[in-house]
Amino acid sequence: MTRITRILPMLLGWLLLLTFSTSAHAQLEIDITKGNLDPVQIAVPDFLATTQAERELGEKVSAVIRADLERSGLFKALDPASFLETQTNIDYKPTFADWRVIKADALVSGRIKTESDSRVLVEFRLWDVFAGQQLKGVRFATTPDNWRRTAHKASDAIYEALTGESGYFDSRIVFIDEKGPKINRTKRLAIMDQDGDSPVYLLGGSDLVLTPRFSPNSQTIVYMSYENDNPHIYLLDIETGRRELLGDFPGMTFAPRFSPKGDKLILSMARRGNSDIYLMDLRTRSTTRLTTDPAIDVSASFAPDGRKIVFNSDRGSSPQIYQMDADGKNVKRISFGKGRYSAPVWSPRGDKIAFVRSQKGKFGIGVMDVDGKNERMLTESYLDESPTWSPNGRVILFSRDNRGSKNGSEVWSVDLTGQNLRRVETPGQASDPAWSPLLP
Amino acid sequence: MKRILIAGAALLVLSACATKPDPEVEVVERPVVEEPRPVFEAPKDVLPPVAQQPDTFEVDPNLPTPGSIDDFAYQSGGEPRVFFGYDQYDLSAEARDVLRRQANWLNVYTNSTAIVEGHADERGTREYNLALGARRADSVKAFLVSQGVAPNRLRTISYGKERPIDGRPSADGWARNRNSLTNVRLGSIS
Repeated sequence: MTRITRILPMLLGWLLLLTFSTSAHAQLEIDITKGNLDPVQIAVPDFLATTQAERELGEKVSAVIRADLERSGLFKALDPASFLETQTNIDYKPTFADWRVIKADALVSGRIKTESDSRVLVEFRLWDVFAGQQLKGVRFATTPDNWRRTAHKASDAIYEALTGESGYFDSRIVFIDEKGPKINRTKRLAIMDQDGDSPVYLLGGSDLVLTPRFSPNSQTIVYMSYENDNPHIYLLDIETGRRELLGDFPGMTFAPRFSPKGDKLILSMARRGNSDIYLMDLRTRSTTRLTTDPAIDVSASFAPDGRKIVFNSDRGSSPQIYQMDADGKNVKRISFGKGRYSAPVWSPRGDKIAFVRSQKGKFGIGVMDVDGKNERMLTESYLDESPTWSPNGRVILFSRDNRGSKNGSEVWSVDLTGQNLRRVETPGQASDPAWSPLLP
Repeated sequence: MKRILIAGAALLVLSACATKPDPEVEVVERPVVEEPRPVFEAPKDVLPPVAQQPDTFEVDPNLPTPGSIDDFAYQSGGEPRVFFGYDQYDLSAEARDVLRRQANWLNVYTNSTAIVEGHADERGTREYNLALGARRADSVKAFLVSQGVAPNRLRTISYGKERPIDGRPSADGWARNRNSLTNVRLGSIS
């Protein structure tokens, strides 16, 4: 009875959908568009192993999976101490009754198997406990030192099986590491895993660097640097460390972003004080001017289909969000709420635009449909800015600066639904986060 | 500090803030300079000063060496910055007054150059503020050029909100951070 009263609201609300009405089995599925009313309870026992080395690997992999799923806000990873069944072989069905008792909705039973010194198999089965049905079976062959990425890939597979959408755990975040007080702050380009692990600096740190952004399809970053007191944009190949100044422009170039195919950049250039938007072909290095208005035109961002561009302009006296075709034609304003709008970023799914709105001395992150309708504010503080989308368009990272805070700038994350607001661990003060695409 | 007691006529032209005339110092009539048309309209009720500078000069051992970078700051009124309103880039009467004094100095010490820095407060997003800083720096450069400074002696750079001079998260702090700094160098623009 208690089980039914617990499951019923989930059925009605968002959690369980009977996708096969003819089937006797219910299918565990999460509708992530509705916001997190009640997280799925998931049991992830430590992956089974035979040797001590495998056991240690299994514990680490399972811990990372639990942490990934919990951070998404869609899952509650149950405490392994509460588990009744200890499986000895993942090729047999679990004793579902034992998992139902502890109110697990889903179970991940996995195994580590060493094939050779340089090769391990990491495999798992994902079970719908209520239906007693396997939802997914996955096997990764990898090197032992690659266990962390393997765990993130496993998290992505679980997320995808239960939500029907691709995950975002096997990805990285490039950001600006900040040190020192406001009036004497140094900024340095850095990168870390999506969960804050393995932070490393990408540049030496002698020059002011800002606004890094990922290529949508390669391990390349575009960013702005004040190298030689000349603010311009640079490309950086993360794998090789190769760095390249883009173009020899007379004015400051800034606010760069890649096109969806990664073959072009959209950026702003300031000439005689006036900032306009330009498109640069990365192969030919030719540039095309897209805006000619005497107003500020900055922060351009492509739609994922490459046909439209959203940008920030104060041509109507206050900063607002505008949209135009990829050739600069058909400019129209799309923000009409109260306050000042800036920093629009098109979702990788194509359905939403994230932005910053300031009103009454507060700055918050919001989302709107691509035509500007259904505006919704997700966050607000003294200064929330620099939104960036997860690869699946479900989570937004942003910089937060609390008034007079000694912590300085921090990175936070929030779901598209406005739920699951939480701080992202960074090595120190951090700003301008930019999410990578899923790693290959 | 080594003092230079020989003051050229040109130097006298740009002297500021003389307290009382020193009989030891020769008084030179300032040349008649026709003021160029301002690029920015002054508010209607404020007239430009009748005479730009006091026409007497005193060598004070506490003053910076004429022609030095310290001297430029001193002649600008202490700090070679002008300030702006929120999200504004037009020059106030006070800012134009400071910039006229900067232009006079630059027109005397013609071997100097300047990097004009545009700055914004933190009450705006990063990229918008970079653009705003560019506008502010350009406003200052255009005004200095209108006062006779050769454009190739001036370079602009926007720091957006990246180089605040006041860490207070208050109206006073933000107002200080909305500025343009005329960063003078003796020699060519790097």
